[in-house]
Amino acid sequence: MTSSLNLWLIPSLPLAGAAINGFLGKKSSRTAVSTIGLVFSGAAFAWALSVVVRFSSFGLPYQEYVAHWIRSGTFSVDFALYLDQLSLVMLLVVTGVGFLIHIYSVGYMWDDPGYYRFFAYLNLFMFFMLTLVLANNYLMMFIGWEGVGLASYLLIGFWFTKDSAASAGKKAFIVNRIGDFGFLIGIFLLIQHFGSLNFAQVFEKVAPYAPENTGAGFLTAIGILLMVGACGKSAQIPLYVWLPDAMEGPTPVSALIHAATMVTAGVYMVARSHLIFERAPQALMVVAIIGTLTALFAATIGIAQTDIKKVLAYSTVSQLGYMFMACGVGAFSAGIFHLMTHAFFKGLLFLAAGSVIHAVGGEQDMRKMGGLRPYIPVTFATMGIATLAIAGIPPLAGFWSKDEILWKAYQTSPVYWLIGVVTAFITSFYMFRLMYMTFSGDYRGAKVDDHGHSSHSHDGHGDPHESPMVMLVPLMILAALSLFGGLVGVGNTFEHFLAPVFGAGEVAETGGRGVEFLLMGVSIGVAGLGWFLAYLLYSKRPELPQKIADGLGGFYQAVLNKYYVDELYAKLFVKPLIDASTTILWQGIDRKVIDDTVNKAADGARHASDEVRHMQSGNLRSYAGWIAAGSAVVIAYMIWLGVGR
Amino acid sequence: MVPLSYYLVLSGILFACGVTGFLIKRNIITIFMSIELMLNGVNLSFVAFAAHWHALAGQVFVFFVMVVAAAEAAVGLAIIIAVYRTRETLNVDQVNLLKL
Repeated sequence: MTSSLNLWLIPSLPLAGAAINGFLGKKSSRTAVSTIGLVFSGAAFAWALSVVVRFSSFGLPYQEYVAHWIRSGTFSVDFALYLDQLSLVMLLVVTGVGFLIHIYSVGYMWDDPGYYRFFAYLNLFMFFMLTLVLANNYLMMFIGWEGVGLASYLLIGFWFTKDSAASAGKKAFIVNRIGDFGFLIGIFLLIQHFGSLNFAQVFEKVAPYAPENTGAGFLTAIGILLMVGACGKSAQIPLYVWLPDAMEGPTPVSALIHAATMVTAGVYMVARSHLIFERAPQALMVVAIIGTLTALFAATIGIAQTDIKKVLAYSTVSQLGYMFMACGVGAFSAGIFHLMTHAFFKGLLFLAAGSVIHAVGGEQDMRKMGGLRPYIPVTFATMGIATLAIAGIPPLAGFWSKDEILWKAYQTSPVYWLIGVVTAFITSFYMFRLMYMTFSGDYRGAKVDDHGHSSHSHDGHGDPHESPMVMLVPLMILAALSLFGGLVGVGNTFEHFLAPVFGAGEVAETGGRGVEFLLMGVSIGVAGLGWFLAYLLYSKRPELPQKIADGLGGFYQAVLNKYYVDELYAKLFVKPLIDASTTILWQGIDRKVIDDTVNKAADGARHASDEVRHMQSGNLRSYAGWIAAGSAVVIAYMIWLGVGR
Repeated sequence: MVPLSYYLVLSGILFACGVTGFLIKRNIITIFMSIELMLNGVNLSFVAFAAHWHALAGQVFVFFVMVVAAAEAAVGLAIIIAVYRTRETLNVDQVNLLKL
């Protein structure tokens, strides 16, 4: 047995893959590119598994020093890695789900001209995400944090010739920057107060502080600033607007980055900083309120969306809200549990949606789908499992984690619980709506041959067709995980596993088993109700939804248009910014002040030179005349001054 | 004894005559002579001050100026002869190849 876990290999492997594919992939065959992409991400997963096997013989948290980075007085930051139960869970989710999505992408992206680019970016993303997860200090986490933002930008704008994709990439990047700014200020405050960014040292220094129950101190400030960062990355109110637009990227990207891993980085960061948040109840309350509101708000938007990926995007925002709600009520392990199960079933939902889109030739509008069940049975089955899981039907994965969150939320405040249950009902409704619109009834789309393909070229036949095995196998594996992944949470096993990180009994158990079972019954009930309502509206009486929509009038319009939040932001922030930049900064300062100063100076110099040029006539006697005149002036001046008198 | 100012005024007049001649004459020999006139105007003020302050430095300067003027006259006259041989004129306005 070696004396080290060699954690550094885990992020390095995908980086090597990204470098090889990025630099050499253009001239390589597709087979070579996919081999390299899969081998390096698979190797990272394999190494993560070997770490799981061996970690128990090392004391956790295990730290691994890689290299010096910053040394400035007493302040130092190293390239070093940190492994505890929390990062272990994240490590497995990122490498495992990431590897499955790599496999899926081989099939999904096969016909794309940017094939090598896609795998290079995907591996680059894995590198940064693993850096984020394994960092042993906030600054290295920030590198990963920025890096995944970059990879996300590159992958959202993957089809950059499409205008909407390019602007979606920009939007994601800019909105994320706002959050990153908060995170960065939080890091500065940490340096100011603790003189260190190392997790172990910061938490050691935080531990003696009493909770800031009366009044808000610097811990509250740090907590809220970190939450601002998390809001950006994890798409919470008010910075969630980029995520639905990010669906412009290829579907495997939506699955990997915008559902399973990157967007959960905020939850991970808040959970990692739980010692700070626990001592700042007001920051924790902000987290809980933002999470709860986002969960409900995004879920209601999801009801009216017709684009299959947009529904899933709002669903992701909503589920992330659940995770923050869990963190906000102090149930960090429940949040991480939901993060894990969500990675399984939401990754699966996106991949299955990709399979559906693949089947109907690039169409994403659910109104043009329907009746797909006989054509794509495997996709239907796996997506069905994922839907049952997210809706919270026992004993699938989503039930356990969601119920854990709702139970912990109830112990803090029944209000959180109530909103959570309403959200669960809406979630169940829009997910089954998606299923019925896509798979039941009659096929409403044109035959595949008749409309333009956005990114794939299809071989001949006009009927929707099942995806190749290379795409179906990841679906099946994720379906199995969605089915059984929740069982690790039975009897609080998962919570006990994470207890060394979060402390045991993080939430005092109030209320008896009876209350817990009652609440469980309620959440199963609302999930079933949502299912039934979706069945009623979208399978049994398909004419009803339109009538209800007409009946609701303005409210339906508002929901359909995402509450006009994008328009509001455009009016409030984007337009004033552009106007101010145009009139004040560009036309005012740049053109009038900076350009004009330079131009006027040049003009003045030229005019003055034009005048003075005539003195240089080349006529010797005129020079002598100038000298004589100059001397006369100097002498006259000195006489006037009275020099020598 | 003649006051210092008389010498200085005469020196100034000589110098001004030299400057005027230099500026208005076209014949290169005359210009040359005007330069000598200016030098001698300055020499006069040097010796006047030297006598006035009883300092020999002024007279030493005059010797230097006379040596330099002699050397200059030798080189200058040689150049003038060379110019006259090639251009067949002594009018400076026609010897202006360096002018733009």
